[in-house]
Amino acid sequence: MRPEAKSTPAEPTYVARLTDVGHSYGKTQAIAGISLDLPSGRMIGLIGPDGVGKSSLLSLISGARQVQTGEVEVLGGDMRSAHHRDRTCPAIAYMPQGLGKNLYPTLSVFENADFFARLFGQGREEREYRIATLLKRTGLSGFEDRPAGKLSGGMKQKLGLCCALIHDPDLLILDEPTTGVDPLSRRQFWSLVDDIRRERPAMSVIVATAYMEEAARFDWLAVMDAGKVLATGTPREILVHTGAATLDDAFIALMPQERRATHKAIALHPPADFDAADFAIEAEGLTMRFGDFTAVDDVSFRIRRGEIFGFLGSNGCGKSTTMKMLTGLLPASGGTAKLFGKTVDPKDMEVRRRVGYMSQAFSLYTELTVRQNLDLHARLFQLPADTISARIAEMGRRFELMDVMEALPEGLPLGVRQRLSLAVALIHSPEVLILDEPTSGVDPIARDQLWAALIELSRKDRVTIFISTHFMNEAERCDRISLMHAGKVLVSDTPDAIRKTRYATTLEEAFIAYLEDAIGETAASSAPASSTADDGGKFTATRRHRAFDLRRIWSYSLRETLEIRRDPIRATLALIGSVILMFVIGYGINMDVKDLTFAVLDRDDTVASRDYVASIAGSRYFIEQPPLADYADLDRRMRDGTLKLAIEIPAGFAEHVARGHDVEIGAWIDGAMPQRAETTRGYVQGMHAHWLSQKAREIYGDAANGQFSIETRFRYNPGIESLVAMVPAVIPLLLLLIPAMLAALSVVREKELGSIVNFYVTPVTRLEFLLGKQLPYLALGMMNAVLLWLFAVLVFQVPFTGSLAAFATAALLYVAFATAFGLLVSTFMSSQIAAIFGTTLMTIIPAVQFAGMIDPVSSLQGIGAVIGRIYPTTYFNIISRGTFSKGLGFDSLIEAFLPLILAAPLLIAASAFFLKKQAR
Amino acid sequence: MRLANIFHLGIKELRGLLRDPILLGLIVYSFTIAVYTEAKAVPETLNNAPIAIVDEDSSPLSRRIADSFLKPYFKPPAMITAGEMDARMDAGTETFALDIPPNFQSDLIAGKSPVIQLNVDATRMTQAFSGSGYVQNIVSTEVAGFAAADIDDRIPSVDLALRARFNPQLNQMWFASVMNVINNVTMLAIILTGTALIREREHGTVEHLLVMPLTPFEIMAAKVWSMGLVVFVATLLSLIFVVQALLKVPIEGSIVLFMAGAALHLLAATAMGIALATLAGSMPQFGLLLMLVLLPLQILSGATTPRESMPEAIQTIMLAAPNTHFILLAQAILYRGAGFSVVWPQFLWLTSISAGLFAFSLLGFRRSLR
Repeated sequence: MRPEAKSTPAEPTYVARLTDVGHSYGKTQAIAGISLDLPSGRMIGLIGPDGVGKSSLLSLISGARQVQTGEVEVLGGDMRSAHHRDRTCPAIAYMPQGLGKNLYPTLSVFENADFFARLFGQGREEREYRIATLLKRTGLSGFEDRPAGKLSGGMKQKLGLCCALIHDPDLLILDEPTTGVDPLSRRQFWSLVDDIRRERPAMSVIVATAYMEEAARFDWLAVMDAGKVLATGTPREILVHTGAATLDDAFIALMPQERRATHKAIALHPPADFDAADFAIEAEGLTMRFGDFTAVDDVSFRIRRGEIFGFLGSNGCGKSTTMKMLTGLLPASGGTAKLFGKTVDPKDMEVRRRVGYMSQAFSLYTELTVRQNLDLHARLFQLPADTISARIAEMGRRFELMDVMEALPEGLPLGVRQRLSLAVALIHSPEVLILDEPTSGVDPIARDQLWAALIELSRKDRVTIFISTHFMNEAERCDRISLMHAGKVLVSDTPDAIRKTRYATTLEEAFIAYLEDAIGETAASSAPASSTADDGGKFTATRRHRAFDLRRIWSYSLRETLEIRRDPIRATLALIGSVILMFVIGYGINMDVKDLTFAVLDRDDTVASRDYVASIAGSRYFIEQPPLADYADLDRRMRDGTLKLAIEIPAGFAEHVARGHDVEIGAWIDGAMPQRAETTRGYVQGMHAHWLSQKAREIYGDAANGQFSIETRFRYNPGIESLVAMVPAVIPLLLLLIPAMLAALSVVREKELGSIVNFYVTPVTRLEFLLGKQLPYLALGMMNAVLLWLFAVLVFQVPFTGSLAAFATAALLYVAFATAFGLLVSTFMSSQIAAIFGTTLMTIIPAVQFAGMIDPVSSLQGIGAVIGRIYPTTYFNIISRGTFSKGLGFDSLIEAFLPLILAAPLLIAASAFFLKKQAR
Repeated sequence: MRLANIFHLGIKELRGLLRDPILLGLIVYSFTIAVYTEAKAVPETLNNAPIAIVDEDSSPLSRRIADSFLKPYFKPPAMITAGEMDARMDAGTETFALDIPPNFQSDLIAGKSPVIQLNVDATRMTQAFSGSGYVQNIVSTEVAGFAAADIDDRIPSVDLALRARFNPQLNQMWFASVMNVINNVTMLAIILTGTALIREREHGTVEHLLVMPLTPFEIMAAKVWSMGLVVFVATLLSLIFVVQALLKVPIEGSIVLFMAGAALHLLAATAMGIALATLAGSMPQFGLLLMLVLLPLQILSGATTPRESMPEAIQTIMLAAPNTHFILLAQAILYRGAGFSVVWPQFLWLTSISAGLFAFSLLGFRRSLR
């Protein structure tokens, strides 16, 4: 079905044509068979609330997502063809939804822009020129060194735009670029886009937005709901078609009949007659400092009982902090906050009982049903137990939740969930209701329903409502509003009064005027924007497509390195994690048994018996304790673990031995720890035999028949020390585990945080991406290898007898394998936690069990033997032991090198094969 | 502080856990299959050890010796020449190489005391030490059997009656099964509380809790009791049904006393989970931290190898870890049947460590809420 209202026929070319496009995530259908032609060279808006399929549609057009059904034709080619995508992606720029979603928060403004410029293969001079120009135009000059994560919402989006425009795209795709951004930044953002379009009129822009006010300025619109396009055309055409005055109303008019049925236009409620002295909330010089950063600066206002008070401002301007101080969540650094005339004391739980709070994102327990959520909150607010079920029923009726009482919130539409949040916030009948952006992402109908409820609460129940919002039409409905910017309240008055003071026709204009006053020079800096735009064709967009570009590899490597350096936990793990673990394993997995405590119950007490005891006490394995008094003493001391060995020498021992009679010595060992007991048994038996042969020699000399001896040579480790044996085998384990995990995380992290989209939509190839990710971890792995080697030789004092060159070469090949292994794992994993546990399982078990660390591979059988033979750790183990303990070099280890040389390239090839260049 | 709040919030945690199949699976797996298989999988001291024999004698006796190395302790011996021996040992093909010298049999009969050389690759600790004892035993037995020499009965026979207490057969499984249960107690207590807190923060529900009349202490105590209870019950069931019933490991002492110790340890471990979660901030970072914390706790606490063979400094440092005391206590009670009169110092240690950790975590948790 093609929607009725078509674009003007004067436009012959299309930037994108969609035919019967459908898209589902599992069972959820996001797009239901859309056919749509998007004219080129225009500013096109996709409008509709959250979750109607706008983002899916944009990601399909950008090539970031794989086409499931239907045809997507962009810039004259089929986006299902990998060849066409390779060719066109340098001409497309895509800025995904979410503040700074494709930016790297720990990287600075300049580093972010530089990363993108390198991805598009720009040389140093070109990069610096372009970045400087773009940052200047967006007003970000002077912030080059600030981490992207510390920028305000508006600045993040401008930086996102810089990064998108770095390669002069023909098609710019912006997914809700201004959500959560203050009105001034929003206006600046759009004037920037307008400027750039003026310079490059051929450029098409596709924008998704939930702000209908914004959409009114676009050239051409497609109105979407529930995975379908409801109408297309210019804003005027749509208004005419629906007979509505505003796009908001037009949207409601376009909705299906059954959804519209519940909608009532919000009645303009009469201005409340407030009792002038009855203040619910009073803030006086409220200030909040975090370190040297002032989040809220001298904020004062008074809110009367029953008033609806609106709070406007960009993300991070101090709204939430102010709200937290009012609820007593945060103790103010300065000033006072009063609720009903009483100073707010964070320790005073009574205040919290009078306040209801609804936070920005849906933040109820998704693992509890609607009823359980209401019940939990009722109990936590200590409602009398017998009134709880009645109260839940009342709230359920009031907010139309009765049908979904036993459902889990996750499956409910956003609008219903917001009603539930409101019901939860009101369960204890608070006198003050604090709502932090309750309507973001909610469709206009559900929004109006929520507002109807709020107005009723305020007017009927005299609940004081303190609400923050981004929507201007919602701000209009408040009794009074405050505009906040950078921790300060700029103005506080009724919407009408604010408009009149600034002689503005709309509230938005008035706000922008206030913001401009507050910021001062911003207006000046955005003005000369167009004049600096002249790059005079100095650097024309070079659409060269190289199959392999070192610059793109380097771009990813550099970015990865910067990120690791700024993440303390990962950096610790990367640098000294392996040393910590080597320390733990080296000392912990210790086969040595020594310092065993023993005591003797000597009933003979003669020279002979003392001689027997002395043969044990003289050993380095045993420590003698005070003698045992009797069996009870023996039992007690073995039970509390202070004795590992008890020996009983019977009365008359010396006499029996002298006469050649049989005699029996009793010995008990502590069997609680079998491995230790086994070794202890060996020691005792050995010493006993030694004592016997000594006695025999004393008596008969050494000419006994049938005598022979076994000379045991413990080679490579004559002291049979655990450390010497363990350390060379632990190095291969650690050089596998940590580099593999970090490499896997580096890719999966991007998948989870969303910045993987940069890989999808830029010209970087799969091999370049993988190698770029691998390089820093290869370097880190080698640093680890050096550290481990030094630690082994210097701290554990394990002698290194073989060829260092052979060890180093093998370590390099092995770390290359380990990182490649991590990358291969990452192609199958989508969450970081799965990557951590998955890599651990897939490395530790084979490396410990099958690679010859404990049992030699030659003594393995079945599947273990097969894994042992192909797992490269086996071969590095041979080389590590060979070079550490056996004094070997290249020539004797050549067979172990061959598998190591093959491993990394094979795994990288496999990873490149399995890695997807598009999302599903 | 209100007990009712702690109770209701704890119930909420339990409900949340019930709806998380992955964590539930992990709990069930750790306390059943993992305990069972790991206990069964403990390698015997010597298994399939590779051995080579250089037979320079080629006499009936030397062949008799070569034939006496049998499975499952040894792989069938590889018969090699003296020249091959070094290369094979360098490559790690064999752990043992037995060199029987020329004229061994005739020298023995002639009473010349010939010498057999046993080469052991001592970089293979697990096989080297106990294995060489086996080899010596086998060779001696065979030689003695061959010589059938008239044993001189004037040599005094002093017998050594060697008995192992608490585990007469030195059954490795007895030890491994219980230590596995104990390691799982620590691991799950940390993971469950840590993820419960991080999930709450990632969903923004912590903020939500704080606007209610609740204190951080109540929020934390609720997580500690609920997750601790889950692990407590799982431990008890695992001990009774898997360790005692299925693996037939006898338990000497009082399970009640052991579980009292487990409860104290759980308090410490859950508090540690909270502390790690406040440090980590996100689930992946929590996972990485877990690796760096859990491994030392488990390996250096005495659950894997005896404490007394570790360097003095490590033994002292590990006194600060709850695991060390829990394991001392568990070994004393479960294997040696010790009563409270013996293990009270461990209880004292555990109590103070738990209290310290709880206070530290609470402080960190409070700070993280700012």
